[in-house]
Amino acid sequence: MNKTFVNIENISKFYGEIKALKNISFSVGEGELFGLIGPDGGGKTSLIRILTTLLKPTEGRAEINGMDIVKDFKKLRKIIGYMPGRFSLYEDLTVEENLKFFATIFNTTIKENYHLIEDIYSQIEPFKNRRAGKLSGGMKQKLALSCALIHKPEILFLDEPTTGIDAVSRVELWEMLKKLKDQNLTIIVSTPYMDEANLCDRVAFMQKGEIMEINPPETIIQEFNEPLYSVKGDDFYHLLLELRKMEITKTAFPFGDSIHLTAYNNINPSELNAMIEERMRIKTETQKISANIEDCFMAKMINTE
Amino acid sequence: MKSYGKYIVEVENLTKKFGDFVAVDNISFNVKKGEIFGFLGANGAGKTTAMKMLTGLLSPSSGNAIVAGWDVEKNPEKVKLNIGYMSQKFSLYDDLRVSENIRLYAGIYKIPGKEIKIKINTLLEELGMQDLRKKLVGDLPLGWKQKLAFAVAMVHDPPVVFLDEPTSGVDPITRRQFWEMIYKASADGTTLFVTTHYLDEAEYCTRTSIMVDGEIKALDTPENLKQQFEVDNMQDVFVKLARGL
Repeated sequence: MNKTFVNIENISKFYGEIKALKNISFSVGEGELFGLIGPDGGGKTSLIRILTTLLKPTEGRAEINGMDIVKDFKKLRKIIGYMPGRFSLYEDLTVEENLKFFATIFNTTIKENYHLIEDIYSQIEPFKNRRAGKLSGGMKQKLALSCALIHKPEILFLDEPTTGIDAVSRVELWEMLKKLKDQNLTIIVSTPYMDEANLCDRVAFMQKGEIMEINPPETIIQEFNEPLYSVKGDDFYHLLLELRKMEITKTAFPFGDSIHLTAYNNINPSELNAMIEERMRIKTETQKISANIEDCFMAKMINTE
Repeated sequence: MKSYGKYIVEVENLTKKFGDFVAVDNISFNVKKGEIFGFLGANGAGKTTAMKMLTGLLSPSSGNAIVAGWDVEKNPEKVKLNIGYMSQKFSLYDDLRVSENIRLYAGIYKIPGKEIKIKINTLLEELGMQDLRKKLVGDLPLGWKQKLAFAVAMVHDPPVVFLDEPTSGVDPITRRQFWEMIYKASADGTTLFVTTHYLDEAEYCTRTSIMVDGEIKALDTPENLKQQFEVDNMQDVFVKLARGL
């Protein structure tokens, strides 16, 4: 890993009795694209709001580029770019007015830092006189990202930038993050989409305020050590319910057009087909497969319960 | 209760214009009883506008739609009363208890007082939430809220339920458990009309439509769509269509 850029030590956040974050520690390297992956309520937003100096931790401390997130919050805000989960721009200002507003707040101009946002902003520039409220979801994201970058931040936080965004815009957003990373910007991004974990250097699986695992996505996939099969057949729902009743089945979940089954022990796919046929009198197509990141997350959830 | 023909949703040349902008452009399709109908499209493609017309919230500029036996333009109030609707923000009241939320919606959908009590008990039992009946909804985990919102949307046993991004933001296991509720409802004969941005979920639908710029550009079973576009998953079908490839 490169030089440590973010260092988090034992951070907890309590809201009354609710423990939103429990003793979180990890560090992020300079220029790293780091993913916080997990469902709503996992603590992703609380953690991002603490690191962006918008919220104080109940316990613990963190530093970004050597600056303390509580004591040095004023200095830190100058080097942080932040794109919150909800669209945060002024809907009744135009595209250009929004960008100008954010540039001015940080004592800079669009012209001075145009090169930083050119790739992204040029795509919405033809609509620069349109009010932000009238933009489509994908265009709003591009504007929000431009505004978060206009002051040349050293670290960028994005809180669920792809939630509620269609598949095409999701792909485009990740292409943009990849380019920013190549310019050595440190990026911390949260998402509920497991497939996006693959695009990060490392990911933290978060659930119920805790981190279940931190690793590069490849390592997470390699560590998955349960026999996993994909089963295809007609009468999907019935098949799913029947698979769960078989003794060999640990878990069975729908996965696109097939069912992913984890077994208690290794079995030949043709044997599995035969077992299913005997039970249900239907033909199935079974293959032994390697896990994807979503399989890993689900297994982790089940094994920690 | 009205009787329906083969189709629970019948849409013919439905169009909505806002000034010069054509948000929904002459769409036509039918949805059968018990079908899980996926309604996909990019942001801004016109899904929300189309859904609003189908649920009686917005009057069409032209064309017509019959939903649950009622014309959405002539009888929007009848449509609303005879369909179920679950929004991505879940229309539950956080500061009411679980049982109070069910009672509220049962009342709104004009279920007689005597039946409401029974309804609350059966629903809670089906959901496995008997112990939670007195809990405030605001204190429930997201997954439970989602299940409750679905049950509440079906409290009046509607023939068709509209689900607007019902699985946004929940964990992958809860997301799948939710789909199993959808399968079950479908197996029981309810028609499900579902929007989602998770394209693996498009595979779980009986048929899936994809809207691009106000038009329905594709409509078929996931299997046929993948064949038609010569790809092996719905994500690629979607990207091909939405990028106009």
